[in-house]
Amino acid sequence: MRKLTLRTVALGYLALILLGPLSIVFWRAFEKGFGPAWSAVTTPDAVHAFRLTLEIAAIAVPANAIFGVLCALLIVRHPFPGKGLLNALVDLPLALSPVVVGFALFLLYGRTGWFGSWLSAHGIQILFAMPSMILATAFVSIPFVVREVVPVLREIGTDQEQAAETLGASQWQVFRRITYPAIRWAVAYGVVLTTARSLGEYGAVSVVSGRLAGQTETATLYVSDRYENFDIVGAYAASVVLALIAILVLLTMNILRPKEGVH
Amino acid sequence: MGIQVDGVTKRFGSFTALNDVSLDVPAGSLTALLGPSGSGKSTLLRVIAGLERPDAGTVTISSEDATGLAPRKRGVGFVFQHYAAFKHMTVRDNIAFGLKIRKRPRAEVRARVDDLLDLVQLQPFADRYPSQLSGGQRQRMALARALAVEPKVLLLDEPFGALDTRVRSELREWLHRLHEEVRVTTVFVTHDQEEAMALADQIAVLHEGRIEQVGSPYDLYDHPQTPFVMSFVGAAVQLGEHWVRQHDLDLHLEPTAGAFEARVERITRLGFEARIELQLVEGDTVWAQMTCAELDRLDLERGGTVWILADRAHVFAGRE
Repeated sequence: MRKLTLRTVALGYLALILLGPLSIVFWRAFEKGFGPAWSAVTTPDAVHAFRLTLEIAAIAVPANAIFGVLCALLIVRHPFPGKGLLNALVDLPLALSPVVVGFALFLLYGRTGWFGSWLSAHGIQILFAMPSMILATAFVSIPFVVREVVPVLREIGTDQEQAAETLGASQWQVFRRITYPAIRWAVAYGVVLTTARSLGEYGAVSVVSGRLAGQTETATLYVSDRYENFDIVGAYAASVVLALIAILVLLTMNILRPKEGVH
Repeated sequence: MGIQVDGVTKRFGSFTALNDVSLDVPAGSLTALLGPSGSGKSTLLRVIAGLERPDAGTVTISSEDATGLAPRKRGVGFVFQHYAAFKHMTVRDNIAFGLKIRKRPRAEVRARVDDLLDLVQLQPFADRYPSQLSGGQRQRMALARALAVEPKVLLLDEPFGALDTRVRSELREWLHRLHEEVRVTTVFVTHDQEEAMALADQIAVLHEGRIEQVGSPYDLYDHPQTPFVMSFVGAAVQLGEHWVRQHDLDLHLEPTAGAFEARVERITRLGFEARIELQLVEGDTVWAQMTCAELDRLDLERGGTVWILADRAHVFAGRE
């Protein structure tokens, strides 16, 4: 009986918070049939927006994956003074509103910002262009790989790595053959979360991009732009594409993940 | 040849794990580092392996100064208490690891691993993963893995510590035979004096980061140089200035010159041997050990008075 109540509450909450809004999106997108939805997401601006979002993710996600693993190794395996600070800083993007991140980048790279005047004198465009959007996206999605990998590194301990070392493995060989296989799934899961976060980023990118349709408009900005222009089908159809990409990413992860309990 | 440790000191923060330790491990010997937990025995082993860097002192392995060398360049095989099995590799791949790192030809790796699988009797388990093995099998795999690279010295950190008593004594026997066969210089850490006595031809007793005494099992037992060695390697009791083994206590029913008077508190028969708990008139409680046959001859009874003679006692001048 208690089990049933627990289940009802959990599923009810999920339905209310998650499934409800999501199904509305799907329903509204296809309200007038598949045709209008399809043409809404295949306009040049829409295609450009999706492509831009994927390009930004294609740079920000691998960068954060590599940084995340290095950072986790540093925190767990090579304690140093200031480790606590690094540990706290990694979590900062979770606590900080993305809009604030956007403004911070604005202050740094704007025409009157710290680096801005030097950069514009050398003809390097950061704001209102890809570089600032990548910076903003990378900033907000930093924590995920680190947070997934740190506990796994702690759990596996150093015995296996030291054993490999005494058997003649160099530091790189130890990482490649011992550490990486052990943290592989944590990295994969972190990458999935980083990807999801990157695809969905809105606030910081909104501030630094300038939101020029067909130029610096990402998928999320495109959705909001369509909505503000009363193009309801366009907004919902683009949302559906974003949701589908997210589901695809999660599915890929679940298919690749080994079944629990194998060795 | 062998291993020379000279003046090694190692601190962890304010804790001194090793304090000016020197030790000579002869080539081909089987040496035990014996001590209670926190005595520095594992740290000493890890310093020899290069897994810890000493704050002072040098380590020489096979006449080569190894103090600054990385573990992988020392030619040591290390076996961990908790096996340190590579969980994502089969037994065969675990054993082959060091050979593959050295990029040996595939056929050679295969042949060598097959030999080692026979040596450690794990041939039927070659394609299993470590999680499918028992503790004893895992430890044999770890040994084979360490031996695969033909190390100059074999270092074992409490190799049987995580195993149950029966498997432990089996593996102990097996390691003894292996050492007879392979004759590689071997150092193992243990807190079990019986294990050290049964296996080693040389024992170094550590206490609070220092070496108390180095010697053969016979030396340590019969000629201990400190009260600590006397009481750690085999049990001992203290009678005033005298330290004496329980089985060296002579009990007399008549007053004897130089004997300690005591009352018999308890007599426990343990099959072959018997233990007699004695309350000294001076206050301490000690127990004596003898065979049940001796006990019958003495005709002791509970509550009776005896005189204890400790002729074979050791007196440690200027110590504790």
